[in-house]
Amino acid sequence: MKCVDEFRSREITAPLVAEIARSVQRPMRIMEVCGTHTMSIFRHGIRSLLPKEISLLSGPGCPVCVTPVSHIDAFLAAADLDQVTIATFGDLIRVPGTGRSLAGARAQGARVEIVYSPMDALTLAQREPERTVVFPAIGFETTAPAIGATILAAERQGIGNFLIIGANKTMPQALEALMGDPELKVDGLLCPGHVSAIIGAAAYRPVAERYRLACAVAGFEPADILAGLLSLIRQINKGRPGVENCYTRAVSEEGNLRAQHLIDQVFEPADSAWRGLGIIPGSGLVLREKYRFFDGMEQLGIAVPTAREPKGCRCGEILKGRMLPPECPLYGTACTPLQPVGPCMVSNEGTCAAYYRYSGV
Amino acid sequence: MCLAIPMQVVALEGGSDEMLDPQVALVANEGVLTAIRLEMADRIPAVGEYVIIHAGFAIRTLTTEEAEYNLSLMRRMAEMVERDDQQPGGVGR
Repeated sequence: MKCVDEFRSREITAPLVAEIARSVQRPMRIMEVCGTHTMSIFRHGIRSLLPKEISLLSGPGCPVCVTPVSHIDAFLAAADLDQVTIATFGDLIRVPGTGRSLAGARAQGARVEIVYSPMDALTLAQREPERTVVFPAIGFETTAPAIGATILAAERQGIGNFLIIGANKTMPQALEALMGDPELKVDGLLCPGHVSAIIGAAAYRPVAERYRLACAVAGFEPADILAGLLSLIRQINKGRPGVENCYTRAVSEEGNLRAQHLIDQVFEPADSAWRGLGIIPGSGLVLREKYRFFDGMEQLGIAVPTAREPKGCRCGEILKGRMLPPECPLYGTACTPLQPVGPCMVSNEGTCAAYYRYSGV
Repeated sequence: MCLAIPMQVVALEGGSDEMLDPQVALVANEGVLTAIRLEMADRIPAVGEYVIIHAGFAIRTLTTEEAEYNLSLMRRMAEMVERDDQQPGGVGR
């Protein structure tokens, strides 16, 4: 609650910036885990407001960016099938797979529709019973329950022409894997707002304790982010890292139990491949046996070979916080938002796209 | 993309049959009424209350007081950022 009180009494960003400048006593490396945080930090020029002692690293919290090439290839393989419509979130459509993207497949005649919600994909399936609608199920704990609820709705309404290709991922396991990397020295984590709304602030306690890591859950407005950073700086100064919730208007200690139940009802944990991070045990969600009927890979008989990352693309290193976009040889030359090579340049939440848009080449 | 802006519920619809006609909340999104699913909401909102939305689903219900306070704060912050942006070398850059 400490954070919220401060947030309320200050109300505006300038005093927070001043307080941050006063509080920083030594160099600190802070990772913002969530892609929406990355974008908000750039859009509001927050980097330029911070003392030089603070290094902000972007983490693995952009769903499109961490989806490996082989998954994109699976979506493409489905798109090539007769009578299949791909209904996808918009930022996935331009991500290159091996050779082309879903946008490319659409140009070649595949049916690829952009939807805002998995429920819109289900509505499309109802409207066009002669086609099979496949939803590429990417996203973290905030999106997984929405997909779970959509599967339950499809089951209850007996809609048989709706399938998903599962690529959902869970954040705590990825953070464990990242923080266990001795080369990545991070003092604090700015924890994602809406993933935390589902899993609860308590979900970060194990990683905070194991790695003596300061954690602050923050919302997306400039003052939210600054309040989160200030909380981290103070925890680091005191040498007493823990988990502080600076986004109490959306996040509780235990999270959203209804949403957690939806995930648990439809999915079970499985090992999952992350772009750049490799296979992380227990970090993915797959359909439970009871709902395998909705598994697009199984129903459509899709199998894709292991795929290579695009040549020269350093998205993997960038997602691990080991490299900044301008250090990538392709950044701004071979890879631009108009002609992206890697997903970090495609997505609105991608670190490279944020760098390119707001700091130039 | 996570949208943090709470939207006000203007009506509740459906609910006659949990399976075939689930209850949804209508919110006004730039003048267009949009149906928001409530399966994931931490509690069902009343008309006039606000919801935080992700991918067409409400993930958190806010009382009118909570939401209006948050919205006024966001508006003030936006004004601050805009003002700073207009000044050369202002803190918004």
